[in-house]
Amino acid sequence: MPLAMNSSLEGKTARLELSGELDGNSAPSVRQEVEKILGASPDRLVMVVDRLTFMASAGLRILIFAKQRQPGLKIYMVQPQPTIVDTLKKTGFYDGVYVVDSEDIDKAAAG
Amino acid sequence: MESRIDYYPTHEHEGFKFRRGRTLPFGATMVPNGVNFSVFSSAATACTLVLFRKHEPEPMVEIEFPQEFRIGDVYSMIVFDLDYEELEYGFRFDGPWEPAWGHRFDKSKIVGDPYAKVIGGRDVWRAEPDWNDMYGHRSRLAFDDFDWEGDRPLETPSKDLVVYEMHVRGFTASPTSGVSAPGTFAGIREKIPYLKDLGINCIELLPIFEFDEWENSRRHPETGEWLLNYWGYSTLGFFAPKAGFAATGRFGMQVDELKTLIKDLHKAGIEVILDVVFNHTAEGDHRGPTISYRGIDNRTYYMLTPEGYYYNFSGCGNTLNCNHPVVRNMVLDCLRYWASEYHVDGFRFDLASILGRDQNGAPLANPPLLESLAYDPVLSKCKLIAEAWDAGGLYQVGSFPAYGRWAEWNGKYRDCIRKFIKGEMAQVGEMAQRIQGSPDLYYYRGPTASTNFITAHDGFTLWDLYSYNWKHNEANGENNNDGSNDNDSWNAGWEGESTDPETNALRRKLVKNAMCLLMLSRGIPMIVMGDEMGRTQNGNNNAYCHDNELAWLDWTMVDRNTELLQFIKGVIRFRREHPVLRGDRFFEHRDVVGSGRPDIRFHGTQAFWADYSAGSRCLAVELCGEHATPRDDAIYFAMNMHWDGLPFQLPYAGDGRSWKVAINTSMPSPHDIYEKSQAPRLENQGEIIVGPRSIMVLIADRL
Repeated sequence: MPLAMNSSLEGKTARLELSGELDGNSAPSVRQEVEKILGASPDRLVMVVDRLTFMASAGLRILIFAKQRQPGLKIYMVQPQPTIVDTLKKTGFYDGVYVVDSEDIDKAAAG
Repeated sequence: MESRIDYYPTHEHEGFKFRRGRTLPFGATMVPNGVNFSVFSSAATACTLVLFRKHEPEPMVEIEFPQEFRIGDVYSMIVFDLDYEELEYGFRFDGPWEPAWGHRFDKSKIVGDPYAKVIGGRDVWRAEPDWNDMYGHRSRLAFDDFDWEGDRPLETPSKDLVVYEMHVRGFTASPTSGVSAPGTFAGIREKIPYLKDLGINCIELLPIFEFDEWENSRRHPETGEWLLNYWGYSTLGFFAPKAGFAATGRFGMQVDELKTLIKDLHKAGIEVILDVVFNHTAEGDHRGPTISYRGIDNRTYYMLTPEGYYYNFSGCGNTLNCNHPVVRNMVLDCLRYWASEYHVDGFRFDLASILGRDQNGAPLANPPLLESLAYDPVLSKCKLIAEAWDAGGLYQVGSFPAYGRWAEWNGKYRDCIRKFIKGEMAQVGEMAQRIQGSPDLYYYRGPTASTNFITAHDGFTLWDLYSYNWKHNEANGENNNDGSNDNDSWNAGWEGESTDPETNALRRKLVKNAMCLLMLSRGIPMIVMGDEMGRTQNGNNNAYCHDNELAWLDWTMVDRNTELLQFIKGVIRFRREHPVLRGDRFFEHRDVVGSGRPDIRFHGTQAFWADYSAGSRCLAVELCGEHATPRDDAIYFAMNMHWDGLPFQLPYAGDGRSWKVAINTSMPSPHDIYEKSQAPRLENQGEIIVGPRSIMVLIADRL
């Protein structure tokens, strides 16, 4: 399934919604989008990924890129699918992101 | 950031833009907008870079290095606008096919990069490969963007190490492990709490460089079961981790998974030593496949006979030409890479004596490779441990060229302790040396030059050492001809598994004796995965080809062998609690701190009279804790390997002090080992009875 992407910025919170498959082919465009988002220096990047069915190494590297490009950036992943969570855990990326159930980050964090 | 001027393309071929590259570093390196490829060959006449899109059967392009891109013997090129994630690459080398002169160039074959950081083709363990693939082991790029969160190698003093040798897959492959990713780096990560609880502080991983589990695979002639290259002592590429050992290998993320494991082990205070195989490669002899080195520069990478065949000091078909300056640099680059990029804490070198041979196979007095490794600034804090022998008959235990840095697997320790425990005659004198860290072998290096072990992956498990007189390797399909016949084992009266409680109790006691001696000896103790819970291989002492229950750790033994496991945790803890056992200098046999006693004294059944005669099977050792740093309790241990119980006269514990029982292997649990606060005081401070084939350890609290 091809990747679909949608992004927005509200205050210091960037939102990036991804659905479909984030593989080696689609990763460059996502990375470009993330670069564009980081240009606005957000504090938080909320990635809505509940309909993202696959994330390859290239996708995970985008997370690292974002963290290294902007130290202090908090990355939230909203409802990632279990296979993606599994890969995040096994490769150590899980510790670098916040996996949450809701887009309402403040509420999710409080809960 | 604007690209530098020298990162602009100058050439184009079939839509791929490229330019002259940088000769160093070798391998494929990401540069702005492209990848720099650099490869060495001293005798090739031409070289072609072959690029694939990942998993595609045919190359997307082949670009011959223009002659002006060759500097010396190095071909280098930057290719632009490549997708790092999706790229696979290799080379074709043109040159003479003159085996008698050592040249085996074959342009029809695509060969892998000796410096490949990731190798594709065996991404999932035991997934049957495409045998028709024109390029079966594909070089790929690795990323160095891992977040180490401040981690670095632990630099634990060698004297404090307790090493646990394990096979990555075998440790958790069994469904009984209960982990989410059996047989992988991630699986080990889930078992870190177990390792921590066991008390070890270093794991030594059997080979994790990329290898082909299908190499020499075959079906057992009777059972039909697949027999594989399970141990992995056959390297495909020295810089690439084994993808099949990673749950995420299918996604090409083995690098991240392994680094995550190492980072978490370090957080738990556990070091990582890699068992590295530089003595040969997976290309075998002249009948073997051309995978990389043979097709790039056969004469450089391998030791060749005058007729152009392969010297075989490894027992595996070929011998890497380690002391050729180019190969030497590759080994050095490789180890630096693992130390700096993976934060590996040390290396154990398989058949390391080969590393001290010259290009014709003759042992060198001053081997440049070993010297380079010893003095290398990046490796300066890494543990370097040699398996100080090879398959060509060179045996260097105690005489390995060490440069004050190298430690050794002490094969003499193994042999002596085994003989002593089984009650062989004339071992007591040598035992006195082994317990002290083998000063007879390592006087100028110190006791930490001695990696003390009784069992290793190669040979009987500790439980089998006391269950079998003879090897039982029928399951290997080689008519029981493989594996060592020289095991110094004893079956305790019955060959194989027994239901007799007395036989099993005796075996447990012998295992306890072995673990006790290991933890009481100066040097670096090493135990093998599963020995702490009585793992068996049914008498197989060479399980190199078994990817099944025979070689996997059965975790139900944690519950079935609680007594053994608790005891072994206890003796490891005992070692950790007593610095007097872990000195990094040899005993001086005199009082150097004014305690009134020498740092070590030997006794026998009579105090101050050790019997070293051939018929003796007893020895007792007294260690003065005042000589330890920090100051420690006094420790006395009596070893009685006679078949009868014997009285041991005790030395005076000292004014205001008394002997207390810490360990007694002749007693069943829970009286076999005590925590220090629970150790019972001896009623008779003048004598103890040490049971048959037993060890007693006493402590006297420091004042």
